[in-house]
Amino acid sequence: MTMLEVENATKIFGGFTAVNKVNLTVAEGETHAIIGPNGAGKTTLFNVVSGLISPETGSVTFRGKKLNKMMPHDIVNVGMARSFQRVNIFPRKTVFENVQVALLVHARLHFNPFRQAAKLFRREGMELLALVNLEDEADRRAGDLAYGRQKQLELAVALAANPKLLLLDEPTAGMSISETKASIALINDIVEKRNLTLLFTEHDMNVVFEIADRISVLHHGEIIATGIPDEVRNNEEVKRIYLGKE
Amino acid sequence: MTNRFQIYVLLVAFALLLILPFIGSRYSVELATQILIFGLLATSLNILVGYLGAASFGHAAFFAIGGYACAYFLTTLGWPLVVSMIGAVLLTALASLVIGFFCVRLNEIYFSMLTLAFSMLVWAVALKWKPVTGGDDGFVGVAVPEYLSNYFTFFLFTLGVVTISMIVLMIIGNSTMGRVFIAIRENQTRASFLGVNVRRMRLIAFVIAGTFAGIAGTLLALYVRGMYPETAFWSQSGHILIMVLLGGMHAFIGPFLGASALTLLEVTIGQYTEYWQVFVGVILVIVVLAAPEGIFGLVRSVTKRLGGQKDDDA
Repeated sequence: MTMLEVENATKIFGGFTAVNKVNLTVAEGETHAIIGPNGAGKTTLFNVVSGLISPETGSVTFRGKKLNKMMPHDIVNVGMARSFQRVNIFPRKTVFENVQVALLVHARLHFNPFRQAAKLFRREGMELLALVNLEDEADRRAGDLAYGRQKQLELAVALAANPKLLLLDEPTAGMSISETKASIALINDIVEKRNLTLLFTEHDMNVVFEIADRISVLHHGEIIATGIPDEVRNNEEVKRIYLGKE
Repeated sequence: MTNRFQIYVLLVAFALLLILPFIGSRYSVELATQILIFGLLATSLNILVGYLGAASFGHAAFFAIGGYACAYFLTTLGWPLVVSMIGAVLLTALASLVIGFFCVRLNEIYFSMLTLAFSMLVWAVALKWKPVTGGDDGFVGVAVPEYLSNYFTFFLFTLGVVTISMIVLMIIGNSTMGRVFIAIRENQTRASFLGVNVRRMRLIAFVIAGTFAGIAGTLLALYVRGMYPETAFWSQSGHILIMVLLGGMHAFIGPFLGASALTLLEVTIGQYTEYWQVFVGVILVIVVLAAPEGIFGLVRSVTKRLGGQKDDDA
Protein backbone atom coordinates (compact mmCIF):
# COMPACT_ATOMS: atom_id res chain seq x y z
CA MET A 1 0.00 0.00 0.00
CA THR A 2 1.21 3.52 -0.78
CA MET A 3 1.85 5.57 2.33
CA LEU A 4 2.90 8.83 0.75
CA GLU A 5 2.66 10.09 -2.78
CA VAL A 6 4.05 13.39 -3.98
CA GLU A 7 2.88 14.30 -7.48
CA ASN A 8 4.44 16.92 -9.67
CA ALA A 9 5.31 19.23 -6.75
CA THR A 10 6.97 22.55 -7.58
CA LYS A 11 8.04 25.23 -5.12
CA ILE A 12 9.50 28.54 -6.26
CA PHE A 13 11.12 31.09 -3.93
CA GLY A 14 11.33 34.46 -5.66
CA GLY A 15 12.26 33.05 -9.05
CA PHE A 16 14.42 30.25 -7.68
CA THR A 17 12.91 26.84 -8.25
CA ALA A 18 13.76 24.95 -5.06
CA VAL A 19 11.67 21.89 -5.88
CA ASN A 20 10.88 21.14 -9.51
CA LYS A 21 8.11 18.75 -10.61
CA VAL A 22 8.98 16.19 -8.01
CA ASN A 23 7.28 12.82 -7.99
CA LEU A 24 7.90 10.57 -5.05
CA THR A 25 6.21 7.45 -3.74
CA VAL A 26 6.83 5.87 -0.36
CA ALA A 27 5.28 2.48 0.34
CA GLU A 28 4.00 1.43 3.75
CA GLY A 29 6.79 0.05 5.93
CA GLU A 30 9.49 1.36 3.63
CA THR A 31 12.60 3.22 4.75
CA HIS A 32 13.15 5.79 2.07
CA ALA A 33 16.12 8.15 1.90
CA ILE A 34 16.43 11.39 -0.01
CA ILE A 35 20.00 12.31 -0.79
CA GLY A 36 21.45 15.23 -2.62
CA PRO A 37 24.07 17.91 -2.24
CA ASN A 38 23.48 21.02 -0.15
CA GLY A 39 20.86 23.22 -1.73
CA ALA A 40 19.32 20.37 -3.69
CA GLY A 41 15.92 21.09 -2.15
CA LYS A 42 15.69 18.29 0.40
CA THR A 43 14.43 20.44 3.26
CA THR A 44 12.05 22.34 0.98
CA LEU A 45 10.58 19.04 -0.14
CA PHE A 46 10.15 18.05 3.51
CA ASN A 47 8.47 21.36 4.28
CA VAL A 48 6.06 20.81 1.41
CA VAL A 49 5.23 17.29 2.57
CA SER A 50 4.70 18.32 6.20
CA GLY A 51 2.55 21.36 5.40
CA LEU A 52 4.96 24.05 6.55
CA ILE A 53 4.92 25.59 3.07
CA SER A 54 2.46 25.01 0.27
CA PRO A 55 3.71 24.20 -3.23
CA GLU A 56 2.93 26.25 -6.34
CA THR A 57 1.71 23.17 -8.16
CA GLY A 58 1.29 19.50 -7.46
CA SER A 59 -0.19 17.53 -4.61
CA VAL A 60 0.73 15.43 -1.63
CA THR A 61 -1.38 12.37 -0.85
CA PHE A 62 -1.02 10.59 2.46
CA ARG A 63 -2.74 7.22 2.97
CA GLY A 64 -5.16 8.05 0.18
CA LYS A 65 -5.94 11.52 1.52
CA LYS A 66 -4.98 14.74 -0.27
CA LEU A 67 -3.12 17.11 2.05
CA ASN A 68 -3.43 20.26 -0.05
CA LYS A 69 -3.83 23.44 2.02
CA MET A 70 -3.51 21.51 5.25
CA MET A 71 -1.71 23.15 8.15
CA PRO A 72 1.08 21.31 10.01
CA HIS A 73 -1.21 20.48 12.94
CA ASP A 74 -3.74 18.84 10.61
CA ILE A 75 -0.99 16.80 9.02
CA VAL A 76 0.28 15.61 12.40
CA ASN A 77 -3.25 14.62 13.29
CA VAL A 78 -3.59 12.37 10.23
CA GLY A 79 -0.46 10.46 11.24
CA MET A 80 2.73 12.16 10.11
CA ALA A 81 5.42 13.51 12.46
CA ARG A 82 8.73 15.17 11.70
CA SER A 83 12.02 16.35 13.05
CA PHE A 84 14.03 19.30 11.80
CA GLN A 85 17.55 19.62 10.49
CA ARG A 86 18.30 22.08 13.28
CA VAL A 87 17.00 20.76 16.59
CA ASN A 88 13.48 21.97 17.27
CA ILE A 89 12.41 21.26 20.84
CA PHE A 90 11.36 23.25 23.93
CA PRO A 91 14.86 24.07 25.18
CA ARG A 92 13.87 25.75 28.45
CA LYS A 93 11.62 22.91 29.59
CA THR A 94 12.85 19.65 31.06
CA VAL A 95 13.41 16.60 28.92
CA PHE A 96 10.36 14.95 30.48
CA GLU A 97 8.16 18.02 29.97
CA ASN A 98 9.06 17.98 26.29
CA VAL A 99 7.59 14.54 25.76
CA GLN A 100 4.78 15.12 28.26
CA VAL A 101 3.35 18.07 26.35
CA ALA A 102 3.62 16.09 23.13
CA LEU A 103 1.70 13.21 24.70
CA LEU A 104 -1.04 15.40 26.09
CA VAL A 105 -1.55 17.09 22.74
CA HIS A 106 -1.77 13.66 21.13
CA ALA A 107 -4.45 12.79 23.72
CA ARG A 108 -6.28 16.01 22.64
CA LEU A 109 -6.07 17.36 26.19
CA HIS A 110 -5.02 20.83 25.08
CA PHE A 111 -8.63 21.95 24.99
CA ASN A 112 -9.10 21.00 28.64
CA PRO A 113 -8.55 23.96 30.98
CA PHE A 114 -9.25 21.99 34.18
CA ARG A 115 -7.27 18.75 33.93
CA GLN A 116 -4.14 19.30 36.03
CA ALA A 117 -1.06 18.46 34.01
CA ALA A 118 1.70 17.88 36.55
CA LYS A 119 1.26 14.15 37.11
CA LEU A 120 0.00 13.13 33.69
CA PHE A 121 1.75 10.67 31.38
CA ARG A 122 4.59 9.82 33.80
CA ARG A 123 4.79 6.22 32.64
CA GLU A 124 4.22 6.86 28.93
CA GLY A 125 6.71 9.72 28.95
CA MET A 126 9.41 7.66 30.64
CA GLU A 127 8.79 4.81 28.19
CA LEU A 128 9.33 7.17 25.28
CA LEU A 129 12.50 8.52 26.85
CA ALA A 130 13.73 4.98 27.47
CA LEU A 131 13.18 4.26 23.78
CA VAL A 132 15.74 6.94 22.89
CA ASN A 133 17.98 6.22 25.92
CA LEU A 134 17.17 9.49 27.67
CA GLU A 135 15.41 8.15 30.77
CA ASP A 136 18.30 9.22 33.01
CA GLU A 137 18.11 12.80 31.74
CA ALA A 138 14.37 13.28 32.39
CA ASP A 139 14.74 16.19 34.81
CA ARG A 140 17.43 18.10 32.96
CA ARG A 141 16.71 21.20 30.95
CA ALA A 142 16.41 20.05 27.35
CA GLY A 143 18.60 22.88 26.09
CA ASP A 144 21.45 21.71 28.34
CA LEU A 145 21.73 18.31 26.66
CA ALA A 146 24.51 17.59 24.19
CA TYR A 147 23.42 18.29 20.62
CA GLY A 148 23.16 14.64 19.62
CA ARG A 149 20.96 13.93 22.62
CA GLN A 150 18.71 16.87 21.78
CA LYS A 151 18.15 15.24 18.41
CA GLN A 152 17.19 12.03 20.18
CA LEU A 153 14.77 13.99 22.34
CA GLU A 154 13.22 15.50 19.23
CA LEU A 155 12.78 11.99 17.90
CA ALA A 156 10.96 11.01 21.12
CA VAL A 157 8.77 14.12 20.84
CA ALA A 158 7.88 13.20 17.26
CA LEU A 159 7.11 9.62 18.29
CA ALA A 160 4.72 10.83 21.00
CA ALA A 161 2.22 11.63 18.24
CA ASN A 162 2.25 7.91 17.40
CA PRO A 163 2.82 8.60 13.70
CA LYS A 164 2.49 6.15 10.83
CA LEU A 165 5.03 8.07 8.78
CA LEU A 166 8.10 9.62 10.35
CA LEU A 167 9.97 12.40 8.52
CA LEU A 168 13.50 12.99 9.72
CA ASP A 169 15.40 15.87 8.19
CA GLU A 170 19.12 15.06 8.43
CA PRO A 171 18.81 13.08 11.68
CA THR A 172 22.59 12.89 12.08
CA ALA A 173 23.54 16.43 11.05
CA GLY A 174 26.19 17.84 13.38
CA MET A 175 27.03 14.47 14.93
CA SER A 176 30.40 12.78 15.23
CA ILE A 177 31.00 9.49 13.39
CA SER A 178 30.37 7.39 16.50
CA GLU A 179 27.27 9.39 17.42
CA THR A 180 26.01 8.99 13.88
CA LYS A 181 26.42 5.22 14.01
CA ALA A 182 24.65 4.92 17.36
CA SER A 183 21.91 7.25 16.24
CA ILE A 184 21.25 5.37 13.01
CA ALA A 185 21.16 2.04 14.83
CA LEU A 186 18.65 3.56 17.24
CA ILE A 187 16.43 4.97 14.49
CA ASN A 188 16.52 1.70 12.60
CA ASP A 189 15.60 -0.16 15.76
CA ILE A 190 12.67 2.13 16.56
CA VAL A 191 11.36 1.99 13.01
CA GLU A 192 11.29 -1.79 13.17
CA LYS A 193 9.84 -1.98 16.68
CA ARG A 194 7.06 0.46 15.93
CA ASN A 195 6.48 -0.68 12.39
CA LEU A 196 6.99 2.83 11.02
CA THR A 197 7.39 4.13 7.54
CA LEU A 198 10.44 6.38 7.44
CA LEU A 199 11.33 9.14 5.01
CA PHE A 200 14.61 10.85 5.79
CA THR A 201 17.21 13.09 4.24
CA GLU A 202 20.86 12.45 4.81
CA HIS A 203 24.24 13.63 3.64
CA ASP A 204 26.27 10.68 4.95
CA MET A 205 26.27 8.09 2.14
CA ASN A 206 27.28 5.15 4.32
CA VAL A 207 24.31 5.73 6.58
CA VAL A 208 21.95 5.86 3.65
CA PHE A 209 23.11 2.67 1.97
CA GLU A 210 23.06 0.88 5.32
CA ILE A 211 19.43 1.38 6.30
CA ALA A 212 17.43 2.64 3.31
CA ASP A 213 15.17 0.26 1.37
CA ARG A 214 14.95 2.79 -1.43
CA ILE A 215 16.78 5.99 -2.25
CA SER A 216 15.81 9.07 -4.25
CA VAL A 217 18.47 11.45 -5.46
CA LEU A 218 17.57 15.12 -5.57
CA HIS A 219 19.62 17.50 -7.68
CA HIS A 220 18.76 21.15 -8.39
CA GLY A 221 15.27 20.46 -7.10
CA GLU A 222 14.65 17.50 -9.40
CA ILE A 223 14.61 13.80 -8.65
CA ILE A 224 17.16 12.29 -11.02
CA ALA A 225 17.05 8.71 -9.79
CA THR A 226 14.97 6.49 -7.52
CA GLY A 227 15.58 2.87 -6.65
CA ILE A 228 17.11 0.33 -4.32
CA PRO A 229 20.59 1.26 -3.02
CA ASP A 230 22.47 -0.80 -5.62
CA GLU A 231 20.58 0.72 -8.51
CA VAL A 232 21.29 4.20 -7.28
CA ARG A 233 24.92 3.43 -6.57
CA ASN A 234 25.41 2.21 -10.13
CA ASN A 235 23.36 4.91 -11.83
CA GLU A 236 25.69 6.73 -14.24
CA GLU A 237 24.12 10.15 -13.77
CA VAL A 238 24.20 9.88 -9.98
CA LYS A 239 27.84 8.83 -10.12
CA ARG A 240 28.70 11.77 -12.29
CA ILE A 241 27.02 14.56 -10.34
CA TYR A 242 26.94 13.33 -6.80
CA LEU A 243 29.03 10.32 -6.02
CA GLY A 244 31.69 11.52 -8.43
CA LYS A 245 34.67 11.06 -6.26
CA GLU A 246 33.84 7.55 -5.04
CA MET B 1 4.30 27.08 36.88
CA THR B 2 2.98 25.35 39.92
CA ASN B 3 4.64 25.02 43.22
CA ARG B 4 3.75 24.70 46.85
CA PHE B 5 5.54 27.91 47.74
CA GLN B 6 3.14 29.99 45.65
CA ILE B 7 0.09 28.32 47.15
CA TYR B 8 1.41 29.05 50.67
CA VAL B 9 1.96 32.70 49.76
CA LEU B 10 -1.60 32.92 48.44
CA LEU B 11 -3.05 31.23 51.53
CA VAL B 12 -1.19 33.58 53.88
CA ALA B 13 -2.25 36.59 51.82
CA PHE B 14 -5.86 35.41 51.87
CA ALA B 15 -5.82 34.92 55.65
CA LEU B 16 -4.31 38.36 56.22
CA LEU B 17 -6.82 40.00 53.90
CA LEU B 18 -9.68 38.20 55.61
CA ILE B 19 -8.86 39.75 58.99
CA LEU B 20 -7.86 43.14 57.59
CA PRO B 21 -11.36 44.74 57.64
CA PHE B 22 -11.74 43.81 61.32
CA ILE B 23 -8.48 45.40 62.42
CA GLY B 24 -7.48 47.85 59.69
CA SER B 25 -8.51 51.44 59.02
CA ARG B 26 -11.01 52.37 56.37
CA TYR B 27 -8.14 53.71 54.28
CA SER B 28 -6.19 50.45 54.38
CA VAL B 29 -9.28 48.40 53.52
CA GLU B 30 -10.04 50.59 50.51
CA LEU B 31 -6.43 50.35 49.40
CA ALA B 32 -6.59 46.57 49.72
CA THR B 33 -9.79 46.55 47.63
CA GLN B 34 -7.98 48.42 44.90
CA ILE B 35 -5.01 46.01 45.06
CA LEU B 36 -7.32 43.01 44.76
CA ILE B 37 -8.97 44.43 41.64
CA PHE B 38 -5.68 45.27 39.95
CA GLY B 39 -4.11 42.02 41.12
CA LEU B 40 -6.81 40.07 39.31
CA LEU B 41 -6.45 42.31 36.26
CA ALA B 42 -2.68 41.78 36.09
CA THR B 43 -3.04 38.02 36.60
CA SER B 44 -5.53 37.86 33.72
CA LEU B 45 -3.07 39.67 31.44
CA ASN B 46 -0.38 37.22 32.44
CA ILE B 47 -2.26 34.39 30.72
CA LEU B 48 -1.23 36.19 27.54
CA VAL B 49 2.15 37.61 28.53
CA GLY B 50 3.57 34.93 30.79
CA TYR B 51 1.91 31.73 29.61
CA LEU B 52 1.25 32.30 25.92
CA GLY B 53 4.12 34.71 25.32
CA ALA B 54 2.04 37.40 23.62
CA ALA B 55 2.42 40.94 24.98
CA SER B 56 -0.95 42.66 24.73
CA PHE B 57 -0.76 46.45 24.84
CA GLY B 58 -4.52 46.79 24.92
CA HIS B 59 -5.67 44.75 27.88
CA ALA B 60 -7.32 47.77 29.50
CA ALA B 61 -9.99 47.60 26.79
CA PHE B 62 -11.55 44.53 28.41
CA PHE B 63 -11.22 46.04 31.89
CA ALA B 64 -13.20 49.03 30.60
CA ILE B 65 -15.79 47.01 28.67
CA GLY B 66 -16.54 44.93 31.77
CA GLY B 67 -16.82 48.05 33.90
CA TYR B 68 -18.98 50.10 31.54
CA ALA B 69 -21.26 47.16 30.80
CA CYS B 70 -21.76 46.45 34.50
CA ALA B 71 -22.44 50.13 35.21
CA TYR B 72 -24.92 50.33 32.33
CA PHE B 73 -26.80 47.12 33.18
CA LEU B 74 -26.98 47.96 36.87
CA THR B 75 -27.80 51.65 36.63
CA THR B 76 -29.42 52.44 33.28
CA LEU B 77 -31.26 49.16 32.84
CA GLY B 78 -31.77 48.53 36.55
CA TRP B 79 -30.81 44.85 36.41
CA PRO B 80 -29.98 43.04 39.66
CA LEU B 81 -26.30 42.97 40.65
CA VAL B 82 -25.54 39.33 39.86
CA VAL B 83 -27.28 39.51 36.48
CA SER B 84 -25.46 42.74 35.65
CA MET B 85 -22.09 41.30 36.53
CA ILE B 86 -22.59 38.03 34.67
CA GLY B 87 -23.99 39.91 31.68
CA ALA B 88 -21.03 42.28 31.68
CA VAL B 89 -18.54 39.41 31.87
CA LEU B 90 -20.28 37.56 29.03
CA LEU B 91 -20.23 40.71 26.94
CA THR B 92 -16.51 41.13 27.64
CA ALA B 93 -15.90 37.52 26.64
CA LEU B 94 -17.72 38.17 23.37
CA ALA B 95 -15.75 41.37 22.77
CA SER B 96 -12.46 39.57 23.39
CA LEU B 97 -13.53 36.82 20.99
CA VAL B 98 -14.18 39.37 18.23
CA ILE B 99 -11.07 41.48 18.90
CA GLY B 100 -8.95 38.38 19.50
CA PHE B 101 -10.09 36.86 16.20
CA PHE B 102 -8.11 39.57 14.42
CA CYS B 103 -5.24 40.01 16.87
CA VAL B 104 -4.13 36.38 17.16
CA ARG B 105 -3.42 36.31 13.43
CA LEU B 106 -0.37 38.42 14.13
CA ASN B 107 2.75 37.75 16.16
CA GLU B 108 5.07 39.72 18.38
CA ILE B 109 5.15 43.49 17.83
CA TYR B 110 2.36 43.32 15.23
CA PHE B 111 0.13 41.55 17.74
CA SER B 112 0.96 44.18 20.36
CA MET B 113 0.21 47.05 17.97
CA LEU B 114 -3.12 45.61 16.92
CA THR B 115 -4.23 45.09 20.53
CA LEU B 116 -3.22 48.70 21.17
CA ALA B 117 -5.25 49.88 18.18
CA PHE B 118 -8.35 48.00 19.30
CA SER B 119 -8.07 49.36 22.83
CA MET B 120 -7.90 52.90 21.48
CA LEU B 121 -11.03 52.11 19.49
CA VAL B 122 -12.75 51.06 22.71
CA TRP B 123 -11.48 54.25 24.35
CA ALA B 124 -12.91 56.34 21.50
CA VAL B 125 -16.28 54.63 21.83
CA ALA B 126 -16.28 55.27 25.59
CA LEU B 127 -15.50 58.93 24.90
CA LYS B 128 -18.03 59.51 22.14
CA TRP B 129 -21.01 57.24 22.86
CA LYS B 130 -22.46 59.71 25.33
CA PRO B 131 -25.96 58.27 25.83
CA VAL B 132 -24.50 54.98 27.09
CA THR B 133 -21.10 55.81 28.54
CA GLY B 134 -21.53 59.40 29.64
CA GLY B 135 -18.75 60.44 27.31
CA ASP B 136 -16.01 62.72 28.56
CA ASP B 137 -17.68 63.21 31.95
CA GLY B 138 -17.72 59.49 32.54
CA PHE B 139 -20.48 57.21 33.76
CA VAL B 140 -21.19 58.67 37.18
CA GLY B 141 -23.36 57.36 39.96
CA VAL B 142 -23.35 53.61 39.48
CA ALA B 143 -26.29 52.17 41.39
CA VAL B 144 -24.40 50.01 43.85
CA PRO B 145 -26.84 47.91 45.91
CA GLU B 146 -27.34 48.92 49.53
CA TYR B 147 -25.63 45.87 51.01
CA LEU B 148 -22.40 46.65 49.13
CA SER B 149 -22.42 50.36 49.73
CA ASN B 150 -20.06 50.42 52.71
CA TYR B 151 -16.35 49.78 52.40
CA PHE B 152 -16.46 46.81 54.76
CA THR B 153 -18.94 44.59 52.90
CA PHE B 154 -17.64 45.70 49.54
CA PHE B 155 -14.15 44.59 50.50
CA LEU B 156 -15.39 41.13 51.52
CA PHE B 157 -17.39 40.89 48.31
CA THR B 158 -14.34 41.82 46.25
CA LEU B 159 -12.17 39.40 48.19
CA GLY B 160 -14.65 36.61 47.42
CA VAL B 161 -14.91 37.35 43.70
CA VAL B 162 -11.16 37.82 43.28
CA THR B 163 -10.31 34.68 45.26
CA ILE B 164 -12.62 32.50 43.18
CA SER B 165 -11.28 34.07 39.96
CA MET B 166 -7.68 33.54 41.05
CA ILE B 167 -8.35 29.89 41.89
CA VAL B 168 -9.90 29.33 38.46
CA LEU B 169 -6.98 31.10 36.76
CA MET B 170 -4.50 28.99 38.71
CA ILE B 171 -6.31 25.81 37.71
CA ILE B 172 -6.22 26.93 34.07
CA GLY B 173 -2.54 27.84 34.35
CA ASN B 174 -1.61 24.41 35.67
CA SER B 175 -3.93 22.53 33.32
CA THR B 176 -3.06 20.64 30.18
CA MET B 177 -4.32 23.70 28.29
CA GLY B 178 -1.92 25.90 30.27
CA ARG B 179 0.95 23.59 29.36
CA VAL B 180 0.16 23.99 25.70
CA PHE B 181 0.06 27.80 26.08
CA ILE B 182 3.59 27.56 27.50
CA ALA B 183 4.64 25.24 24.67
CA ILE B 184 3.44 27.87 22.18
CA ARG B 185 5.43 30.53 24.05
CA GLU B 186 8.56 28.39 23.96
CA ASN B 187 8.41 27.24 20.36
CA GLN B 188 5.47 27.90 18.08
CA THR B 189 6.71 25.76 15.20
CA ARG B 190 7.30 22.73 17.40
CA ALA B 191 3.91 23.24 19.05
CA SER B 192 2.16 23.14 15.69
CA PHE B 193 4.10 20.01 14.76
CA LEU B 194 2.81 18.36 17.93
CA GLY B 195 -0.64 18.77 16.40
CA VAL B 196 -1.69 22.04 18.02
CA ASN B 197 -3.76 24.55 16.08
CA VAL B 198 -1.69 27.45 17.38
CA ARG B 199 -4.02 30.21 16.22
CA ARG B 200 -7.02 28.62 17.87
CA MET B 201 -5.14 28.16 21.16
CA ARG B 202 -4.01 31.77 21.04
CA LEU B 203 -7.62 32.85 20.59
CA ILE B 204 -8.73 30.72 23.56
CA ALA B 205 -6.04 32.32 25.73
CA PHE B 206 -7.07 35.76 24.52
CA VAL B 207 -10.70 35.15 25.48
CA ILE B 208 -9.77 33.76 28.90
CA ALA B 209 -7.56 36.78 29.61
CA GLY B 210 -10.21 39.24 28.37
CA THR B 211 -12.99 37.59 30.35
CA PHE B 212 -11.14 37.79 33.66
CA ALA B 213 -10.17 41.40 32.93
CA GLY B 214 -13.90 41.96 32.48
CA ILE B 215 -14.55 40.55 35.97
CA ALA B 216 -11.98 42.97 37.37
CA GLY B 217 -13.72 45.74 35.42
CA THR B 218 -17.12 45.05 36.99
CA LEU B 219 -15.50 45.30 40.43
CA LEU B 220 -13.87 48.60 39.46
CA ALA B 221 -17.20 50.09 38.39
CA LEU B 222 -18.72 49.15 41.75
CA TYR B 223 -15.69 50.32 43.71
CA VAL B 224 -15.36 53.72 42.04
CA ARG B 225 -19.13 53.97 41.49
CA GLY B 226 -18.32 55.32 38.07
CA MET B 227 -16.44 54.56 34.87
CA TYR B 228 -14.21 56.92 32.90
CA PRO B 229 -12.76 56.71 29.38
CA GLU B 230 -9.18 56.76 30.75
CA THR B 231 -9.76 53.20 31.95
CA ALA B 232 -9.44 52.08 28.33
CA PHE B 233 -6.59 54.44 27.45
CA TRP B 234 -3.29 52.94 26.29
CA SER B 235 -1.45 54.20 29.36
CA GLN B 236 -3.74 52.06 31.50
CA SER B 237 -2.76 49.00 29.44
CA GLY B 238 0.88 49.93 29.98
CA HIS B 239 0.21 50.22 33.69
CA ILE B 240 -1.07 46.62 33.82
CA LEU B 241 1.87 45.41 31.75
CA ILE B 242 4.26 47.09 34.20
CA MET B 243 2.56 45.26 37.09
CA VAL B 244 3.15 41.96 35.31
CA LEU B 245 6.82 42.71 34.59
CA LEU B 246 7.45 44.13 38.06
CA GLY B 247 6.05 41.09 39.83
CA GLY B 248 7.42 38.44 37.49
CA MET B 249 5.59 36.96 34.53
CA HIS B 250 6.90 33.41 34.86
CA ALA B 251 5.16 32.70 38.14
CA PHE B 252 1.44 32.55 38.72
CA ILE B 253 1.48 34.96 41.68
CA GLY B 254 4.06 37.31 40.17
CA PRO B 255 1.60 39.74 38.56
CA PHE B 256 -0.45 39.92 41.76
CA LEU B 257 2.70 40.83 43.69
CA GLY B 258 3.50 43.39 41.00
CA ALA B 259 0.05 44.95 41.25
CA SER B 260 0.37 45.18 45.04
CA ALA B 261 3.87 46.64 44.88
CA LEU B 262 3.07 49.21 42.21
CA THR B 263 -0.13 50.35 43.91
CA LEU B 264 1.60 50.69 47.30
CA LEU B 265 4.57 52.48 45.72
CA GLU B 266 2.33 54.99 43.99
CA VAL B 267 0.39 55.70 47.13
CA THR B 268 3.38 55.94 49.48
CA ILE B 269 5.62 58.01 47.26
CA GLY B 270 2.62 60.06 46.22
CA GLN B 271 2.28 61.24 49.82
CA TYR B 272 5.67 62.90 49.71
CA THR B 273 5.95 64.32 46.24
CA GLU B 274 3.80 65.08 43.26
CA TYR B 275 6.62 63.78 41.08
CA TRP B 276 6.08 60.23 42.34
CA GLN B 277 6.10 58.87 38.79
CA VAL B 278 9.79 59.72 38.50
CA PHE B 279 10.62 57.62 41.55
CA VAL B 280 8.40 54.76 40.44
CA GLY B 281 10.15 54.90 37.08
CA VAL B 282 13.59 54.68 38.67
CA ILE B 283 12.51 51.73 40.82
CA LEU B 284 11.15 49.99 37.72
CA VAL B 285 14.40 50.45 35.83
CA ILE B 286 16.32 48.96 38.76
CA VAL B 287 13.97 45.99 39.03
CA VAL B 288 14.07 45.24 35.31
CA LEU B 289 17.87 45.41 35.24
CA ALA B 290 18.59 43.68 38.55
CA ALA B 291 15.73 41.18 38.66
CA PRO B 292 14.47 40.30 35.20
CA GLU B 293 12.15 37.71 36.73
CA GLY B 294 10.56 40.44 38.87
CA ILE B 295 9.80 40.54 42.57
CA PHE B 296 8.78 36.90 42.58
CA GLY B 297 12.07 35.86 41.01
CA LEU B 298 13.92 37.85 43.64
CA VAL B 299 11.94 36.34 46.53
CA ARG B 300 12.35 32.89 45.05
CA SER B 301 16.11 33.08 44.76
CA VAL B 302 16.38 34.31 48.34
CA THR B 303 14.15 31.57 49.78
CA LYS B 304 15.94 28.99 47.67
CA ARG B 305 19.27 30.07 49.08
CA LEU B 306 17.89 29.90 52.61
CA GLY B 307 15.93 26.70 52.29
CA GLY B 308 17.87 24.92 49.57
CA GLN B 309 14.63 23.61 48.09
CA LYS B 310 14.22 22.32 44.61
CA ASP B 311 12.64 24.76 42.22
CA ASP B 312 9.88 23.31 40.12
CA ASP B 313 8.26 26.32 38.59
CA ALA B 314 8.35 28.12 35.23
